[in-house]
Amino acid sequence: MKRDPVYGIMAEFASAQALVDAAKRTHEAGYQRIDAYSPFPIEGLAEEMGFHRNSVPLVVLIGGIVGGLTGYLMQYWMSAVDYPLNIGGKPPHSWPAFIVITFEMTILFAGVSAVLGMLALNGLPMPYHPVFNVPRFALASKDRFFLIVFSSDPKYDPAGTRNFMEGLAPRSISEVPS
Amino acid sequence: MDEQYKTTVDAQRAPVIEPGYTFGTVTEKISAIVLTRPASNGWFLGFGVAFMLTMMLLFAIGYLFLKGIGIWGVTIPIGWGFAIVNFVWWIGIGHAGTLISAILLLLRQSWRNSINRFAEAMTLFAVASAGIFPAIHVGRPWLAYWLFPYPNTMRVWPQFRSPLMWDVFAVSTYATISALFWFIGLVPDLATLRDRATHPAARLIYGALSLGWRGSARHWHRYETAYLLLAGLATPLVLSVHTVVSFDFAVGIVPGWHTTIFPPYFVAGAIYSGFAMVLMLAIPIRKIYGLEDFITERHLQNSAKVMLATGLIVAYGYGIEAFMGWYSGDRYDAFTIWNRLHGPYAVAYWSLLSCNIFIPQLLWVRKLRTSPVALFLVSFVILVGMWLERFIIVVVSLHRDFLTSSWGMYYPTRWDWMTYIGTIGMFLAAMFLFLRLLPAISIFEMRTLLPEAEVKAE
Repeated sequence: MKRDPVYGIMAEFASAQALVDAAKRTHEAGYQRIDAYSPFPIEGLAEEMGFHRNSVPLVVLIGGIVGGLTGYLMQYWMSAVDYPLNIGGKPPHSWPAFIVITFEMTILFAGVSAVLGMLALNGLPMPYHPVFNVPRFALASKDRFFLIVFSSDPKYDPAGTRNFMEGLAPRSISEVPS
Repeated sequence: MDEQYKTTVDAQRAPVIEPGYTFGTVTEKISAIVLTRPASNGWFLGFGVAFMLTMMLLFAIGYLFLKGIGIWGVTIPIGWGFAIVNFVWWIGIGHAGTLISAILLLLRQSWRNSINRFAEAMTLFAVASAGIFPAIHVGRPWLAYWLFPYPNTMRVWPQFRSPLMWDVFAVSTYATISALFWFIGLVPDLATLRDRATHPAARLIYGALSLGWRGSARHWHRYETAYLLLAGLATPLVLSVHTVVSFDFAVGIVPGWHTTIFPPYFVAGAIYSGFAMVLMLAIPIRKIYGLEDFITERHLQNSAKVMLATGLIVAYGYGIEAFMGWYSGDRYDAFTIWNRLHGPYAVAYWSLLSCNIFIPQLLWVRKLRTSPVALFLVSFVILVGMWLERFIIVVVSLHRDFLTSSWGMYYPTRWDWMTYIGTIGMFLAAMFLFLRLLPAISIFEMRTLLPEAEVKAE
């Protein structure tokens, strides 16, 4: 399949409120493949675009469970199975003494899963992305807010979508080359 | 809360960020410290001194590796000298960074946004300084990796019933999670620096480190979830770390160590000293880099209040130690308290009481809480006091144990002092570099504090 030379149409807004309102209207107009960019997290913005839940908590939960089991079973196997050593007459499987390391391993695995899981689900690291082709997009990390409708959206048509986005009263509109 | 009451209270408080800033000016002001501001002579002088102290540290460690720990003042019965004192002191200092970044985030204390970044950096450098000590204290440091359970030709495993092993896991987990938390918090700001840097090398480096962050709403959504979960994980972690450090002592039977008050009292002491270090760093930084609008009187006041509260918990800990010395009816415990008050190290104990309990009560005075100079001095006193506390726990407990025949004295050598002061130099050198290379205040979290960041649902 030939790639569309246009990645999407991007509109620039000057305030967080304008971006949220525009995202809401675009989503309500039936566009599904859209995204918004802001210099800080805006509460409710992702929800306005129909993105309500993410899987990070699940990844963290699995990471934590795996970490806890790893921590406990490691100690059990090493102290009670592979090389039982009598220390101070305590039983080889002295579970109360194993709790601390089990806890630390739970936190370690869960924390690492939170970071790696978040990055993986976000598709990062990704040094190149078409949106960076828009010169004004450098302001997305400072004080400007951007909304994009991807050309892969089923409702996308070059003239109509551009028309629609102009109706959102943006500060500027640009075509994003892919 | 009653709306009118809330407005009145808010009006009397210093703001978290002075009015008049926009997204642009906040970004400008913080990133300029890294990107455009030339390094001053003062910076070179400060970094130079800190760097020379770091070299002194390396020299002291080099000589230690050559000769062995006989060059230190440690002997029997005081087998744990400066190394463990400094380890506990440094790791405690680190705790305030996690408290600020994680616990205050969960408690929705938005004032933390302007101090969390450098407090986390402080945590990392403090943990790095702390980590040196146990590693060089083991006597044969080239075998320090034996602490970790790895498959080996000797076919043996570490002894998991020992608090020292718990400590290995607690501290290494803490270092890892703190580094991740700090880095993840930095990613959006690194993207800002990438977009604002003009030098190609700076753009390349910040660009690579920012992982291609573009501020997508979906990314922010997952990012915030992950950040919150990390904070939720770091909160019990930080409490566990100093608890486990205190187990190193409390599980032993030495009088002065074998008490159940240790975990909470160690954690409170850690936060106490950590906030003192935060203030000792924040006060000069806000002055030199003109950040008084971001790190306001409110931050100084709040930190002072945290110190006052944790200081009182620490005082309670001392009180309970003394009470248990009497109440337990154990003559060795009773003697430990008597020995602290009247023994050969009595000067240290009385200085400890002055530094940690009496002098910090000055913070009840509002005028002193809002005076940077007074806060700086009180913080210094607290840091000295918290160091003395660990000295008393480690050295004074060990030098008089059950048998008079095994009593002794501890005299630190110049190598002990060089190593200790060297880690302070290393810590400061890292802080100096951090200030110049990375945004010392979280830019994106500062933006969320501005009134224009508020969005109303339709």
